[in-house]
Amino acid sequence: MTIRRDPLDPNERELVREGAPAPAGPRRAYLPDLPEGADLTQEVVRFDHGSRVPGWRPATDLTKDPSGVPDPAQVDVPAALRAEIEDFMSRYPDSRSAAIPALAAAQRVHGWCSPQAIEQVACVMQLTPGYLTAVVGFYDMLEAKPVGRQTVYVCTNISCSLRGADALLESLKLAIGDDPDVNIRGFECLGACDIAPMCSVNGVYVGPVDDTEVLELAEQIRTAQDPLPEKQLVRRRVADVAANTDEVARASRDTGTLDPVSFDEGSMA
Amino acid sequence: MTNHLLFENIDEPGLASIEVYKRRGGYQMAEQALAMARDSIITSLKDSGLRGRGGAGFPTGLKASFIPQGKMDKYLVCNADESEPGTFKDRELMQKNPHSLIEGMIIAAYAVGANKAFIFIRGEYVQQAEILEKAIEEAKAAGYIGSNILGRGVELDMWVHRGAGAYICGEETGLLDALEGRRGNPRLKPPFPANQGLYQGPTLINNVETLTAITYILKVGADAYKAMGVEKSSGTKLISVSGNVRRPGNYEIEMGMTGRDIIYGLAGGIEEDREVLLWFPGGSSSPVLTKDDLDLPYDYDSLAGAKTMLGSGAIIVADDSNSVVDIAVKTASFYKHESCGKCTPCREGTSWTTKMLKRIQSGEATPMDLDVISSVCEQIMGNCLCVLGDAMAMPVASMVTKFRPHFEAHIEQARVANEARLLAELSAQGNVLQGIAAD
Repeated sequence: MTIRRDPLDPNERELVREGAPAPAGPRRAYLPDLPEGADLTQEVVRFDHGSRVPGWRPATDLTKDPSGVPDPAQVDVPAALRAEIEDFMSRYPDSRSAAIPALAAAQRVHGWCSPQAIEQVACVMQLTPGYLTAVVGFYDMLEAKPVGRQTVYVCTNISCSLRGADALLESLKLAIGDDPDVNIRGFECLGACDIAPMCSVNGVYVGPVDDTEVLELAEQIRTAQDPLPEKQLVRRRVADVAANTDEVARASRDTGTLDPVSFDEGSMA
Repeated sequence: MTNHLLFENIDEPGLASIEVYKRRGGYQMAEQALAMARDSIITSLKDSGLRGRGGAGFPTGLKASFIPQGKMDKYLVCNADESEPGTFKDRELMQKNPHSLIEGMIIAAYAVGANKAFIFIRGEYVQQAEILEKAIEEAKAAGYIGSNILGRGVELDMWVHRGAGAYICGEETGLLDALEGRRGNPRLKPPFPANQGLYQGPTLINNVETLTAITYILKVGADAYKAMGVEKSSGTKLISVSGNVRRPGNYEIEMGMTGRDIIYGLAGGIEEDREVLLWFPGGSSSPVLTKDDLDLPYDYDSLAGAKTMLGSGAIIVADDSNSVVDIAVKTASFYKHESCGKCTPCREGTSWTTKMLKRIQSGEATPMDLDVISSVCEQIMGNCLCVLGDAMAMPVASMVTKFRPHFEAHIEQARVANEARLLAELSAQGNVLQGIAAD
C-alpha cells in the first residue's frame, strides 16, 4: 500500500491510496461523520482535514507544501526585533543557538509566537518556519496560541500544592475573570517553594499569597501595577538566619530591601 | 552551629554589585587561580572531595579531569535550570551573590581550558537572569572576563542563555540541545559531554552550587573543605526545605546532619504540630522516606543506603493531613507533562502511571492496579536515554511500596463512595430501582 500525492498537478491535492484493501470496518469511534447509507467498503473515509486519522490540529493544512527558509526581501521585520535577534546570534559559535531567545523576543513583540512572528524569526535566522514551530511546541513559555499580554504563572507543583496552590489558582482565576489581557495558568515548579503558594506576574515572584490578598493581586494584575510589593521574593532574606551576622542583617533591614518579618523571626534561632 | 561558606553574609546590601563583592575579597581567588598550574586546581578539587551538587553527586574534580587537553574550542556550561521540584537554592545564590558564581566559573574554565562559558538559566527566573547579566557586564568591564584576562593571555567569553520552561533542560544533554537552539531532547551517552558536548566540542557542565563552591574551596583550602561534612560527602550543602514546615527556605548545612535536625531544628518543625507523613530527601525525583527515617544522616552515602538519594538537596515535607494518593498523582502528572517523548518507556510509562493513579484517586481502580504500577515503574527504570522516567518511577514506586495500605484503603473508600453516589443518582431518577423491584 502506498500513499502518494501527484506533485505535477497543483490541483491534484487529494491523497491517493493505491492497491489498498477496502477498510474492513474500522472502529466506529474513529470514523468521521458520513452521510446516511454511505458504503464504507467503497470509500476511503476521511475527516474534514483530509486525513484518515483524527487528531490533526486544524491549523495543519495538509494540502500545502512545507514553507522553506523565507526570502529576506519578502519579509518585513521590525528593526528593533531584527537587531535584538542578530545580537543574540552573535553570541554563539553557531547562530542556531539563538532560536529560543529569538522566539522569546518575537513573542514579546507579537504577544505570542504567531505565524508572522515565526516567519520574522525564520527570516533573520535563516531557518525554516517548521523548525521554529517545533521548538515553540516544546517549551512551555513559548505560546503557540494567542494569549493575553499579562503573564501569570501559578505554581501548582508538589511543594506549593501542599500549601494550597490549587486553591490559589482557582480563586485568582475567578477574581481575574475572563480578561483577554491576562494569560493565567497553572505552571510547573517555579523554584520558589519557600514562598508557597506563589505566582509569577510577568517574571516577578510574589508569595506567600494569602486568601485575603487575592482580590488585591487580581486588581494589580488587571491594571498592570507592581504586584503585592511587600510580598515580592526579591525583598526576602535567606531563611538560614545563622548565615548573616547581626550587623549585616540589621543593615539589610535598614535599606528596606529585605523582608523585615523574617529578620524578627530569625533572631530567635 | 554550622560553618557557612556559600551563604555567609549573603544578605549584605549591594553584594550583587562588583564593588561590594570585591570589598569582601572577591575575585582574589580567580587572580590566584590564574597564576596556578591548571592541573593543581583540578587536583585540589579532587582532594576536596566536592561532589556535583545538581543531583547526580559525581565527583567534580574527576569530571573536570575528563576534559581532553589540547588546543581546541572547549566549553563550560553552568546548569542554572534548577527545575527539580522543591529546589530553589541556586536562585538565592544567583540573585544575591552572582559574582561568586562568575568567579567559580572563571576558575573552572581556566582549569579545563574552556574559552566559552554559558550560564543556562531557566526562563522563569527573569529577575535572576537580569542580575546575572548585569554582573557579567561588570566583570567584563573590570577585566575578569575577556580576551586577555588580567593580562595573562587567558581568554574567556561568558553569556547568559535563558531557557523557555522545560524540566528536561536540567538534564545535561537535553540542556546542550536547548543551548544549540533545538528541542531539548537528551542524547545517547556515551559520548559524554566531556568529549562531545556543546557543538560537538569538549564541554564541562556543572551546577551553580558546584561552581560557586569551587571559589570557596580555593579560599579555605581543599583540606579544610574536606574536613567539613562526613567521609565521602565533604563540605557544606545548600538545602531547600519546603512543604508543611514552619520555616521553609534555604539553609546551608554540613553534610551528615540528621533529617530530624533539619526538619525540626532548622525548619522549625511541622505546622500545627502534625506528624510527618512522608518526605522527599532530594527533590520530587527521590524515593520518599517516612517518619521512621528521620534520624538518617543527610549525606550522599547514608541516603543511598536507604535506597533514596540526596539529589539536588530539596527536602519536601508532607504532613499527615495530606493523602499519599494526591501526592503520587501530583508527582506523576508532572513527569508525564515534562517527558520529552523521545524514549518509549518514559513517554508511555509516565502517561500510564498517571492514568492509573488518577483511576485510584477517583475510585475506579482495583488493588491489582498497584501491582501494574510497580511493574510499569520497574520497566521504565534504566531503559531510557536519561533519568526523567526513573525520576517518576522511583518516588511513585516507593510510595506504592511504603504506603500500600493507604492506597488500598483509598481505593476501597473511593469505590464505596462512588457506588453510593451512583445509587443516590439512580434512585433520584427513580426508574431503575422501581424496575428492579418489579422483577
